[in-house]
Amino acid sequence: MAWDLAEELRDCLMAAAPYGGPIALLKNNWRKEKSPGSRPVLEIYSAAGLPLASIVWKSGQVVQLGWTASEDLLCIQEDGSVLIYNLFCEFKRHFSMGNEVLQNHVLEARVFHTEYGTGVAILTGAHRFSLATNIDDLKLRRMHDMPSLQKPPSCWAVLFQDRVTVILLATGQELYLLDNTSCNAMTPPGLSPQAGAYLQMAVSFNYRYVALYTDTGYIWMGTATFKEKLGEFSCDIRAPPREMVWCARPRSKQRAVVVAWDRRLMVAGNTEECIQFVLDEDSYLVPELDGVRIFSRTSHEFLHEIPEASQEIFRIASMAPGALLLEAQKQYEKESQKADEYLREIKDKEQLSEAVQQCIEAAGYEHEPETQKSLLRAASFGKCFLDRFSPESFVRMCQDLRVLNAIRDYQIGIPLTFAQYKQLTIEVLLDRLVLRRLYPLAIKICEYLRLSEIQGVSRILAHWACYKVQQKDKSDEEVAQAINQKLGDTPGISYSEIAGRAYECGRTELAIKLLEYEPRSGEQVPLLLKMKRSKLALSKAIESGDTDLVYTVVLHLKNELNRGNFFMTLQNQPVALSLYRQFCKHQERETLKDLYNQDDNHQELGNFHVHTSYASEKRIEGRVAALQNAVDEYYKAKNEFAAKATEDQIKLLRIQHRLQEDLDKPYLDCSLHDTISHLILDGKHKRAEQLYREFKIPDKRFWWLKISSLAECGDWEEMEKFSKSKKSPIGYLPFVEICVKYHNRHEAKKYAARVVPEQKVKAFILVGDLDQAADAAIEHKSESEMSLVLAKCSPAIDATVVEKLNRARAQILKK
Amino acid sequence: MASPGRRDAPEPPDFAVLKRLARDQLVYLLEQLPGRKDLFIDADLMSPLDRIANVSLLKQHEVDKLYKVENKPVVSTSDQLCFLVRPRIRNVKYVADVVHADKAAGRSRKYKIIFSPQKFYVCEMVLEEEGIYGDVTCDEWSFYLLPLDDDLISMELPEFFRDYFLEGDHRWINTVARALQLLSSLYGPFAKTYGIGRCAKMAYELWRELEEEVEGDSQARRPEIGHIFFVDRDMDYVTALCSQVVYEGLVDDTFRIKCGSVDFGPDITSGDRSIKLLLNAQDKVFAEIRNEHFTNVFGFLSQKARNLQAQYDRRRGMDIKQMKNFVSQELKGLKQEHRLLSLHIGACESIMKKKTKQDFQELIKTEHSLLEGFDIRESASFIEEHIDRQVSPIESLRLMCLLSITENGLIPKDYRSLKTQYLQSYGPEHLLTFHNLKRIGLLTEQSPGETFTAVESKVSRLVTDRAAGKLTDAFNSLARKSNFRGISKKLGLIPRVDGEYNLKMPRDMAYVFSGAYVPLSCKIIEQVLERRSWLGLEEVVRLLNGNEFAVTDPAVEDNPTWESQRVILVVFLGGCTFSEISALRFLGKEKVAETVPDCPLARGEAKDPALPPSD
Repeated sequence: MAWDLAEELRDCLMAAAPYGGPIALLKNNWRKEKSPGSRPVLEIYSAAGLPLASIVWKSGQVVQLGWTASEDLLCIQEDGSVLIYNLFCEFKRHFSMGNEVLQNHVLEARVFHTEYGTGVAILTGAHRFSLATNIDDLKLRRMHDMPSLQKPPSCWAVLFQDRVTVILLATGQELYLLDNTSCNAMTPPGLSPQAGAYLQMAVSFNYRYVALYTDTGYIWMGTATFKEKLGEFSCDIRAPPREMVWCARPRSKQRAVVVAWDRRLMVAGNTEECIQFVLDEDSYLVPELDGVRIFSRTSHEFLHEIPEASQEIFRIASMAPGALLLEAQKQYEKESQKADEYLREIKDKEQLSEAVQQCIEAAGYEHEPETQKSLLRAASFGKCFLDRFSPESFVRMCQDLRVLNAIRDYQIGIPLTFAQYKQLTIEVLLDRLVLRRLYPLAIKICEYLRLSEIQGVSRILAHWACYKVQQKDKSDEEVAQAINQKLGDTPGISYSEIAGRAYECGRTELAIKLLEYEPRSGEQVPLLLKMKRSKLALSKAIESGDTDLVYTVVLHLKNELNRGNFFMTLQNQPVALSLYRQFCKHQERETLKDLYNQDDNHQELGNFHVHTSYASEKRIEGRVAALQNAVDEYYKAKNEFAAKATEDQIKLLRIQHRLQEDLDKPYLDCSLHDTISHLILDGKHKRAEQLYREFKIPDKRFWWLKISSLAECGDWEEMEKFSKSKKSPIGYLPFVEICVKYHNRHEAKKYAARVVPEQKVKAFILVGDLDQAADAAIEHKSESEMSLVLAKCSPAIDATVVEKLNRARAQILKK
Repeated sequence: MASPGRRDAPEPPDFAVLKRLARDQLVYLLEQLPGRKDLFIDADLMSPLDRIANVSLLKQHEVDKLYKVENKPVVSTSDQLCFLVRPRIRNVKYVADVVHADKAAGRSRKYKIIFSPQKFYVCEMVLEEEGIYGDVTCDEWSFYLLPLDDDLISMELPEFFRDYFLEGDHRWINTVARALQLLSSLYGPFAKTYGIGRCAKMAYELWRELEEEVEGDSQARRPEIGHIFFVDRDMDYVTALCSQVVYEGLVDDTFRIKCGSVDFGPDITSGDRSIKLLLNAQDKVFAEIRNEHFTNVFGFLSQKARNLQAQYDRRRGMDIKQMKNFVSQELKGLKQEHRLLSLHIGACESIMKKKTKQDFQELIKTEHSLLEGFDIRESASFIEEHIDRQVSPIESLRLMCLLSITENGLIPKDYRSLKTQYLQSYGPEHLLTFHNLKRIGLLTEQSPGETFTAVESKVSRLVTDRAAGKLTDAFNSLARKSNFRGISKKLGLIPRVDGEYNLKMPRDMAYVFSGAYVPLSCKIIEQVLERRSWLGLEEVVRLLNGNEFAVTDPAVEDNPTWESQRVILVVFLGGCTFSEISALRFLGKEKVAETVPDCPLARGEAKDPALPPSD
């Protein structure tokens, strides 16, 4: 170990993370005197013992240290509060385990990992258990009380069964399973009658097995459900062991526990014999997926069951195909013909591919690069003699080993085994490298494994940048530039995320600078809003062309600013303004009015009132009042035309209202034209005349209007009277047309005669009097008119007319 | 019509994929709400939905009853309600009312809103304000484009025009960008992109951004569409304001084509029910006359009728075997054709009745003189009489706008008197209509003496006012100078007529307006495509107030020999008319170059930019 510890480990509070994780030490924790020189010190080391960080501990008494699945350090204090630090002793956050724990204090605590995340279980001074299954989503659970518990249990552990965390505890010879609602006594099947009181228990890494150690030196091993016994072992050591952990490889038949005393280590399985080691110094056990890490002041070792592939190859005098292949390859290198013999032997048994497979697999279990190489070399040698052997497993193994060797380097200090590495996955490994700020190595690995940029390199770069913005000693400009230089336009990089981090560190200016690099304006907006740069956010949102974003900002502004400021901001952004208007039109019409008011937009205000008078006001007084408002606004807007028109409308409305009451017919909301025409239809000629004068309707219109209305109600008499009242301003052709339209030829003829000469032909044709039409045409000596009449004639009936016309035409032609 | 050297228009890509995609997604969305449910459909989505999925398909996916979203109390008894709506506040409030009513009655149901084509943040905002955010689940049906025909796709967003051009609301631009993304993922990439107009530019830029976000899988596909051309509707209001005289346009003007189909009433079908007829290239009769000038249509139809009769007549003198053949193979087709023919003849008659009236003749005459700039006074008084006689509110407005836009605004006297007359005829609420028309620059007043410098000083004053928002308004009002005369002269939009224009064998796109006017929008497209850039059109662009762009995608090989390179997608932002479609189809055939599948985004509205008085 690279560390140079002055203290004995036994004087420290310790925690080592699984998967080759870091080790945390809290020194001087137990000293009661509070002299300033001997404050507790929290130190964190890599698994190789390289110091990562240290701080002087200033908080309360720590009872237990533990690591989360994401390699954060949990410091559980006596009062039940839990402080979370990262790898570099930087404080992240804290949480409390509840009032009950606060009152009774923490007696013991355990940190455990399940598929739900990292949990904390606490035994309080009142001998009650509290636990939280996931510290990231804190839900405290108090376990069922144990009334019989007068003193602390001799040992306890957290079990995870059927997605529920329960507590297994032992007092004396009793064993209990504790959950939320109940407490059940358990009896391990096949427990020896002489077992005695339980001293220690161990739960396997995957929560499937439990081992119990009793004061008679008896070890019971079985499933965690206590349905099945896996084995037992008796030793003659009566002293309580300091630690006991499982040592098993996934999918292996062999199961064993490692028991540690101060100077002795024992590996016991379901056999008569056990393996014992003597320990020279204090050693501590770290359970791993596939074995046990044992570290002390001077060393850090890994104890595991030799995997089958390695056994087969390296067993003395092994004749397994892998062993033969390895030998063959060695002979081949020595240029000995024995190589061929070995090879032949494997091939005869048709075990070559198995041999290659074995060599590849075994290489994965080796930690020494030389051994790895020789095994791989053998595999590659054997591969040559195989026709169809997919090279994939070989290539993968080479790659994986290269990565593993790199991270096992003591400088890096992550001693992962192959099995752990596969369980952890490359993504998590990269995360851990990033956590240790080993960015270059992480990037190298990504590149080497050809991970996609978004998953690999750019993710790491982004993390780097997020770390970079925390460096307070550099100026905003410098940091922003450094980041942009390195990141450039790498796909998958989110500048807004980095800027978000910068903002969290209180560097708003830097955040804004970084946001400038963000190509998608949509991403800039939320952060800008968070930083209270709403106006900038608004212009960015508009730039993005995404109206949804604009609405987001507008609504945000609406809540943030006072009304006046809000409107002012909008006035400067026409796009946002028109969007907000659209919204108001449907949702808050009154706001719309305020908006126009603010802007002194009298024209729109006028329009607004007009709209109100049509859409929302029902009573006549209300409508008139709304229109009157509109008139005022139109005058203010210097739109006299609109004002006049609206005034007229008020007048008309009043008249219509009166008419409606007098005549009991719907007049409201008719146009002036329609009102008059209705009046004429009803025979109220007087009133019609009145309106005509009052609204200064042009004569032409009135004549048109009157004759068509009269024709519609068939009042031919009145029409004739009217036609004679004075000279028609529209001529008399319209009279003819309108009569014909209502199929009154007789009346039409009356007017046809009065039509001006130029239109006579047309009029007569309309009436159907072709004879007269022909006469008129001939009179005019107009050829085109004559043809017009001719076209209307049918030779059979109008023979005389045709003849007349033809004659006239001939005459004209003659001239 | 075959003449040497003329190639047929290239095949447009298969747009039916769009339909299949939309249908599959709809089914998926319906399945997301398992069990029986009632479906409430936005009135606007009824017709498009009809083209995508029929009732039996909906029933297959456990839709129980169908309702229209309208302001009536909900009578449904189902426990699950599904709303298929456009993302509008109005619709969300409707849902909110339903939920509130249920709550008051102590009913609990499941609600799901499917927004098409996308969900807007405002909708969620309103849900939140109404306090029902948690009660309702939302989804998006990304049904952006509906193929109306072999060469025609539409977004069916009638409010696009109003929202963007009048209210300055940009939210649909994003939708357009997404629609383009969809198109380019299916048929792209496009070798060259042209465009003119502010909205065009924004839509293009947003689209590019979207593409960049998903960049990565740019496998070298062979593009099915060569070029894409964006046109803002406000570049050319004139064309949209003219009365249409090609058959399809007339059918639209008279009966209103909705979502590619038209309802013929009993007077046309000569039955007692009205018939819904799908108008597209599948209709053999229609396909041949749709792009023809109306004067040719009748002749064609009668010729067709004679041919049909002749085919029927072949029955005589057939032996039994031939007869059997005839009945089994040809008769059905003939019958079908017969039915279509009689429908179109009926439609023609109805149009004739309306359009050969003197009114219509004079209307056309007025339009033509306005386009050419002759007899302005006479036209103005015609318009006044038109209003006085209450001929048609829409047509009167159209004429007024046409007068305004061709003359760069009405003279103050006309402006006042025409408006007064109009208000007297159709009610004072149209005050708001006029205001809206003024805002989009369709109906304005000539301001005497307002020269360019005057505008400039106004602008600089505004700058000192530091009211940047108003600045853009000022520029907009500057843009609204229509400059129609100048553009018309530069581009030769009014063809010089030597003798009668031959409408049977048209020589240019002017035929869609009886040879009196080449649609401006189509002319620009033609010119730019001919030059393959905006070069040489600087003056026109300036008069149109710029915002033109032309971008070449270097990743796409521009190989002119490829058939697909001749396919051009024209995107009208704010809608287009059938006359323009006909003109572009003509362009596609005549110019030995390219065919033009249009994408009339939000078609229809542009046809009558007469905006309703209120919301």
